[in-house]
Amino acid sequence: MSETILSDLAKALGDQSIKVIDLTHTLDPDFPVIILPPEFNQCARFRMEEISAYDHRGPAWKWHNITLSEHTGTHFDAPAHWISGRDLPNNSVDTINPANFVGPVMVIDCSEGSATNEDFELTPELILAWEEEHGEIPEDSWVLMRTDWSKKTGADYLNMRDDGPHSPGPTPDAIRFLIHERNIRGFGTETVGTDAGQGSHYTPPYPAHFYLHGAGKFGLQCLANLDLLPPRGAILLAAPLKIKDGTGSPLRVMALVQGNDI
Amino acid sequence: MTDPLPPPPKKNPQVRTVSPTRPPEARSRTALGLSAAAAEGRFALQHCDDCGKVQYPPRDACSGCLSTELRWKDTDTKGTLLAETTIHTSTKLYFRERTPWRTGSVQLDAGPVIICHLHGDCVRNGRVDIINRLDRSGQAVLLALPSQRSPHMEDDPQLRAMTSDPKHRRILITDARNPNTPEIVKALCDAGASMIFVGLSEAWRPSPTVDALSAMDKVDMLPLDVTDTHSVQKLAGAIGGKTDILINNARFLRPGGVLARSDTSFAKEEMEVNYFGLMRLAQSFGPAMASRTADGVNASVAWVNILSVHALSSQPEFGCFSASNAAARSLSQSLRAEFRASGLRVMNLYCGPTEDEWYQPLPPPKVTPQAVARTLVTGLQNGLEETYCGDVAKDVFERFRDNPLILERETTLAGDGA
Amino acid sequence: MGKRQSYDGVVLCAPFTTAYQRYSIETAHWWIARALKGSLDLAGLRPSEIDGFTVSSFTLFPDTAVGLTQHLGLSPRWLDHIPMGGASGVVALRRAARAVQSGDADIVACVAGDTNHIDSFRLMLSSFSRFASDASYPYGYGGPNANFALLTDRYMQEFGATREDFGKICVAQRQNALSNPGAVMKKPLTLEQYLAAKPISDPIALFDCVMPCAGSEAFLVMSEEEAAKRALPYARISGAIERHNAHAEDPIQLRGGWSVDIDELWDMASCAPVDMDLVQTYDDYPVISAMQIEDLGFCPKGEAPSFLRDKDMTIKGDFPHNTSGGQLSAGQAGAAGGFIGLVEAIRQVTGQAGPTQVAGASSALVSGFGMINYDRGVCSAAAVITGGAR
Repeated sequence: MSETILSDLAKALGDQSIKVIDLTHTLDPDFPVIILPPEFNQCARFRMEEISAYDHRGPAWKWHNITLSEHTGTHFDAPAHWISGRDLPNNSVDTINPANFVGPVMVIDCSEGSATNEDFELTPELILAWEEEHGEIPEDSWVLMRTDWSKKTGADYLNMRDDGPHSPGPTPDAIRFLIHERNIRGFGTETVGTDAGQGSHYTPPYPAHFYLHGAGKFGLQCLANLDLLPPRGAILLAAPLKIKDGTGSPLRVMALVQGNDI
Repeated sequence: MTDPLPPPPKKNPQVRTVSPTRPPEARSRTALGLSAAAAEGRFALQHCDDCGKVQYPPRDACSGCLSTELRWKDTDTKGTLLAETTIHTSTKLYFRERTPWRTGSVQLDAGPVIICHLHGDCVRNGRVDIINRLDRSGQAVLLALPSQRSPHMEDDPQLRAMTSDPKHRRILITDARNPNTPEIVKALCDAGASMIFVGLSEAWRPSPTVDALSAMDKVDMLPLDVTDTHSVQKLAGAIGGKTDILINNARFLRPGGVLARSDTSFAKEEMEVNYFGLMRLAQSFGPAMASRTADGVNASVAWVNILSVHALSSQPEFGCFSASNAAARSLSQSLRAEFRASGLRVMNLYCGPTEDEWYQPLPPPKVTPQAVARTLVTGLQNGLEETYCGDVAKDVFERFRDNPLILERETTLAGDGA
Repeated sequence: MGKRQSYDGVVLCAPFTTAYQRYSIETAHWWIARALKGSLDLAGLRPSEIDGFTVSSFTLFPDTAVGLTQHLGLSPRWLDHIPMGGASGVVALRRAARAVQSGDADIVACVAGDTNHIDSFRLMLSSFSRFASDASYPYGYGGPNANFALLTDRYMQEFGATREDFGKICVAQRQNALSNPGAVMKKPLTLEQYLAAKPISDPIALFDCVMPCAGSEAFLVMSEEEAAKRALPYARISGAIERHNAHAEDPIQLRGGWSVDIDELWDMASCAPVDMDLVQTYDDYPVISAMQIEDLGFCPKGEAPSFLRDKDMTIKGDFPHNTSGGQLSAGQAGAAGGFIGLVEAIRQVTGQAGPTQVAGASSALVSGFGMINYDRGVCSAAAVITGGAR
């Protein structure tokens, strides 16, 4: 049998020259979700109800019923999620071409700036500076904003204050650049949203959501372990659940990374 | 002279916990009228509509004129102690474990002679004041108090057995985020509580009450989210054996009736917190609390639910919220029955609209956190099952008791159009 | 004679008492059968020869006199069930005597009996009466002890009676019981022991209380001709009264129903208290005996203690009282406690009392009381009987 790329991949996975990196937070009731003004319906938290545990409720088995939002924990945003994407074809998780669920990923490291500035912004200047070092962002690739925010827990993660949450994100110009100049596939962050915590104060409000989904692009949120990825060269695996008319779903996000890149 | 009740020593971990026992529960149906009054802390007897004679023991026809028109009415509580005895042996385990137990014969100013429990400070042939309270079988009993207040009166063991007194007890308040929590904590501390656990949900979200509570004495804040079964189980595993009184003030509230809302989302949250939250708490904390009702000075004693009075009859402007409270109220009735054998008292505290953000557009009178706290503590001290805080709640309840269908109609008028 | 019909022509015979037992595994049915047979054997009668039957019992449930007819193989033309506790004996006497007088029955057996299992007393209390469940037992579940403690407390306050006054009654009865082989209490009792006794419900202590036990009593009621035909010793009924729920407006029971009709009793009997050779009061507690001595006409209200102070209440004394020891010393066999005084009195006035015989006894006063429905004994009854044939 002749060697194919896939059989090479299988061999590399077997001998760990290609590693699988888990970029997902554990779904757990204490994990923060986005908070909206109280008059609006809120994002459901993750909840588990044990319905049997090898006991009178079911003698030989254990299982749970789970409740959650499409947007709880590490999750995928489809274009249908935002008003700007409402009329696009194939805009829900069940109709997106699955080819989009595997692909190259670029990681822009903003961790140093985010460590000292909770409202750190990803700007076109920072993107161009990254490209100086690592080459132009290829078309149809994922771009992830690494902030190491995933290492924060509890109140620090959401970082909610009287004037709203404070966490890093892209400026409207940065998102427009990524979409219109680089035609990325999708954008991902380590925070609860693809937008900055103070994103409602941009014009338009929540520009990442607005522009990404308006252009039929995808979002990923609450990612973790981005510090384990190379700036480029990894392959991202991010397949949302096939929910009828779904606007997103929690999912297992993983990356394939070549050994010597780590 | 009542000896002040000293705080209990630490529980000896080598000694078996005493099983709960109860005074006799059997009562005729007519006598349950006295228990219904005791549930609200009222002293009511039957008065004959035709000749006015006041009846006791409860009966089905007037002992003066044979009329069957007997009506329960609030009655003068004053009387004179005619005779007393101190019981040293009893064939009923509950009393056997608690002798010497003092009882007496009192001639009420209203007429009848009653056999009653006797507070230790009552003086032979002296004037007394009768209170009607629920004993640990959940049935009404009459207790004579001295007509003058005496020091440490509430520490009399026979009286304390009929209350859910927070003094020397450890209390869990389930929701730190409720605006009424700091006032409830303060009132409980003033009433002698030894320790107050406060449940805090979603520590990743800030809240002004949390900061106020962190600064308060005797408060221990612990994670608790009543919508998360695991969280409830985890806290019960930690403090379930030390929870003497549980006060569930967790509340999710949004405006709107059925049609005013476009989906079931807020209603689900209301049910999740107001109904299922209660259920989770009961399933996790209930059994341990029920087993500890004879566990000494700080035995477990009460479960408090803070509900909207519109649990009785819907307030359409908050129709879905009312429904979730109706569900909680029904569940609390089941819980009360399930706790009956243990003697654990379920107290429902009903409020009208409260003085906080979601009732902001409603006109006064509204219930302040201080008022809730006061009613709650008084209710516990009197061992009540049903208590109403504020004018609106009292008013709604009176109308409900008078005729629930009239109440429903008068609160659901649509207004005259063109 | 006033408006009450006399009891002429009707007599009481065949008084029988079983030996009381503290605890018994037998049933009330068994004990009742024993007393009935004992009485019938004394009269030389077979069960088929009685045509009237009345029973009193607390532990017969779910049966009544009805169940007993089939259980015991009786086919009476007159049947009654008298649930009046300590008043049952005199009340049974009144009912049966009228039945015989009117010809509704010729030979009536009057029986009372109860068993006593380990838990009998507590179970009996738990469903004794509606008012007791609603308004008495929730208050310490002290049973009649607590109720009568309240009464004793008030009596002592109002009339200045002391525990010594009550002790005297108990000590004398114990003395009498020592001559009764069937009595449950076998040891003498001194006043010092009485005063030092274990408190039950202040001011009532151990020796103020009866000992519940198993046992039964019976006697027959028939016409004088019938008794003479069979050469049976018999007693006559000079008079009898009963009264229930008397003085309902008294805040505490310091007087019983006898005080309402007592003049009628002595009028019917054509004699006075001083003519009695012995007195059998219902002695669930010594305070009630004191109350009866007052209400039956021996002295004014409140003065029983001073009346009794110089009396000797033993069988050899000047005021023989509860000659077989009464319930306080012979034991209270449930409803049989309402018969014990009457059955012993029949023996006394017919010279059949044996070791407890009061010399020359020919007139006896028997008093019954009972049924603490709420806070007081509701039933009361009394009868004067005299010796007929020996």
